[in-house]
Amino acid sequence: MPVEPSVISRLALRGIRKAYPAVVANDAVDLTVMPGEIHAVLGENGAGKSTLMKIIYGVVMPDAGEIRWNGNVVKVRSPHEARAMGIAMVFQHFSLFDTLTVAENVWLGLDRSLSLIEVSARIRAKAAEYGQDIDPLRPVHTLSVGGRQRVEIVRALLTDPRLLILDEPTSVLTPQAVEKLFVTLRQLAQTGCSILYISHKLDEIRALCHRCTVLRGGKLAGVVDPTVESTASLSRLMIGAEPHRIEHRTANQGPVALAVKTLSVARLDQFGVALDDINLHVHAGEVVGIAGVSGNGQQELLAILSGEDPRALPQAVQLFGSPIGNLGPRARRARGLYFVPEERLGRGAVPTLGLAHNMLLTRQDGGAVRAAGWIDLRRIREMADHVIARFNVKAGGHHAAARSLSGGNLQKFIVGREIDADPKVFIVAQPTWGVDVGAAAQIRNELLRLRDMGCALLIVSEELDELFEITDRLHVIAQGRLSPSMRTSKATTQQVGEWMSGLWSTEEPIHAA
Amino acid sequence: MEPIALLLAATLNAGTALAIAGLGLLINEKCGIVNLGAEGIMLIAAIAGFATVVHTDNDWVGFAAGMGAGALLALVFGWLVIWLNTNQYATGLALSMFGAGFSAFVGIRYVQEKLPAREQFAIPWLADIPLAGAALFKQHPMVYIAIALTFAMAWFLYRSRTGLVLRSIGESPESAHALGYRVRWIRLACVVAGGALCGLAGAYISVIYTPLWVEGMTAGKGWITLALTTFATWRPGRVLLGAYLFGGVTMLQFHLQGMGVQVASQLLTMLPYVATIVVLALISRNPTWIRVNMPASLGKPFYPGA
Repeated sequence: MPVEPSVISRLALRGIRKAYPAVVANDAVDLTVMPGEIHAVLGENGAGKSTLMKIIYGVVMPDAGEIRWNGNVVKVRSPHEARAMGIAMVFQHFSLFDTLTVAENVWLGLDRSLSLIEVSARIRAKAAEYGQDIDPLRPVHTLSVGGRQRVEIVRALLTDPRLLILDEPTSVLTPQAVEKLFVTLRQLAQTGCSILYISHKLDEIRALCHRCTVLRGGKLAGVVDPTVESTASLSRLMIGAEPHRIEHRTANQGPVALAVKTLSVARLDQFGVALDDINLHVHAGEVVGIAGVSGNGQQELLAILSGEDPRALPQAVQLFGSPIGNLGPRARRARGLYFVPEERLGRGAVPTLGLAHNMLLTRQDGGAVRAAGWIDLRRIREMADHVIARFNVKAGGHHAAARSLSGGNLQKFIVGREIDADPKVFIVAQPTWGVDVGAAAQIRNELLRLRDMGCALLIVSEELDELFEITDRLHVIAQGRLSPSMRTSKATTQQVGEWMSGLWSTEEPIHAA
Repeated sequence: MEPIALLLAATLNAGTALAIAGLGLLINEKCGIVNLGAEGIMLIAAIAGFATVVHTDNDWVGFAAGMGAGALLALVFGWLVIWLNTNQYATGLALSMFGAGFSAFVGIRYVQEKLPAREQFAIPWLADIPLAGAALFKQHPMVYIAIALTFAMAWFLYRSRTGLVLRSIGESPESAHALGYRVRWIRLACVVAGGALCGLAGAYISVIYTPLWVEGMTAGKGWITLALTTFATWRPGRVLLGAYLFGGVTMLQFHLQGMGVQVASQLLTMLPYVATIVVLALISRNPTWIRVNMPASLGKPFYPGA
């Protein structure tokens, strides 16, 4: 979109600087967003995108620099002021309240005095407008990651913002839903609302955004027109070097390592999903992917596979032919089945503990715990140091608390911790959720290397690009049912998208739901 | 009165102070602040209320004095833990110890004081109902205020928007801050309101429940109330229920001792504490229920803009 220079910018930042004790997060950063412009902010994790957005939204005060809103110099002292100005933000780390319902969460985000019933009606209307299904009465803690993001977006849209900041909004949507979101965002932009779109998906930035500000190491790396740039040139600008390449070699398949046979499990509570006659198998030396919009049974299936949910029949889950459906996670690890959960903090790692202690969550092997139950501190430090070095985790050493790491680095640590145990079967949920391009490529390469060494991998992901990139075969999960598998090399985005809505033809008669 | 009716009457009376203080601590904790100073606040409010009634002959001025003293102490506590981010537990413990010492010091000259004759209250007609009438309707107005307050608190927390904001702050002050709410000020308001209610409970104890002043006269009621709030999983109705349960078993064991039951009196004295905790622990076993009701940020400091 050509921007006339005479028009006053909606938002203009000049020379923004913010330094923390250990790091300069932003240094001399400029950013200009015009009315009705969709402006991308691109950068690796730690490039200073989040800090810059927090400054715009008043969560953090800059040390130096000037902010102009509609041409006037302003100081945004709090999110309260930002919202009063007309800025809305959808956070990457959700700012939802778990114990409250969807409607209550949205209500808190609206300044006007509506009743809860009116708010519920508006949520339904707004969600329907964008082709989404949101139940306002559900407590947020029962929603999947994708469901929560939909709530965040609807909450932001309901405030009628003049500037909408979106942080990685599409990572949990089907390709069709992404298209719908883009239509929405374009409509919104045409009404004059400016959009700041933070993403690491270069294709999306090129398809959606009018201009793109690239940050690298807290500094401005460039302002470009993404429609004329190539994915490779954007990537180079962001990383400052040539991007990683994924070499996809053909799989060298072995015998069946993990098999799920006619698995049906009732739902645990009224918000859960029942699993209905799930069949799948993963060969040694093969990567099998499960695509699907979150909340379609992924959490339930993963809980069964990891052993957290012990309700499966022993024969329903088989590891190298022996039934393990009734074994706990630890017994499964002892047999070579390792697991990376979706939530990094809280499930994959204890946020407040150091990395060395976090090793102990899944790695009590290799002399980490001695006979009498004493922890060998030196051993777990060595193990942590080893993982940090082997997987190039950027952390302040093995004492660094898990929560002090960026998303990408923590994920590298957790995936690395499991890979380091030499799994025979490796199940990974959302391997690169919220992880920047460089770290994501590294994690995917590690997963492929593991495959080549004869490990069987099952990847559950909502990112289609990722599944297409690293899997050999692909299933789709929808409403608790699993589609037949297809060769990834023969699959198309469109077909997978249709399957995500539960539309696949089965050779055998479809069971009554 | 029948023994049962007598017991019922005493139960309502004994539970009232716990209920009022419990509701105060509930609003305190629902916004994420633990105030272990409840015992100290109640003691200082008790002497403040008692002394005020001695000098003014007016119970209601005494209640107001107790509330004022409680609110003032809570204000200091709130400033320390919310703005200076001192440790909530340590600060609360200090407040309790300060309250015990300070109330004893100020109260020396009131130890022998007597209050004017206590008024008798009765709701016309209803109090004349046989059996339960006298027990239920011949109570001090504060007994009914405590019940009304429970319903008001439940409505406020779970039906009003302000209550929703308060609960959201208790769950995630960071998210509430990001939504533009003034977390510190709202927390301070909750702490002060909680202090005022604890103060009211303290004044009720020294002015109505046992109308006299002795050092340490709240006898651990502040601590019991803290436990009560937790075991009641932060639900107003359960706080009231727990308060009456505790009050009821306290009175029951007095009756049993009076009747000369052949059980060591020390064991009987333990009964209310054990019974209350067992019953509330049983009804709050459900982990989902606790997760949904417990304020997730309870006791944790909040630094805006960090």
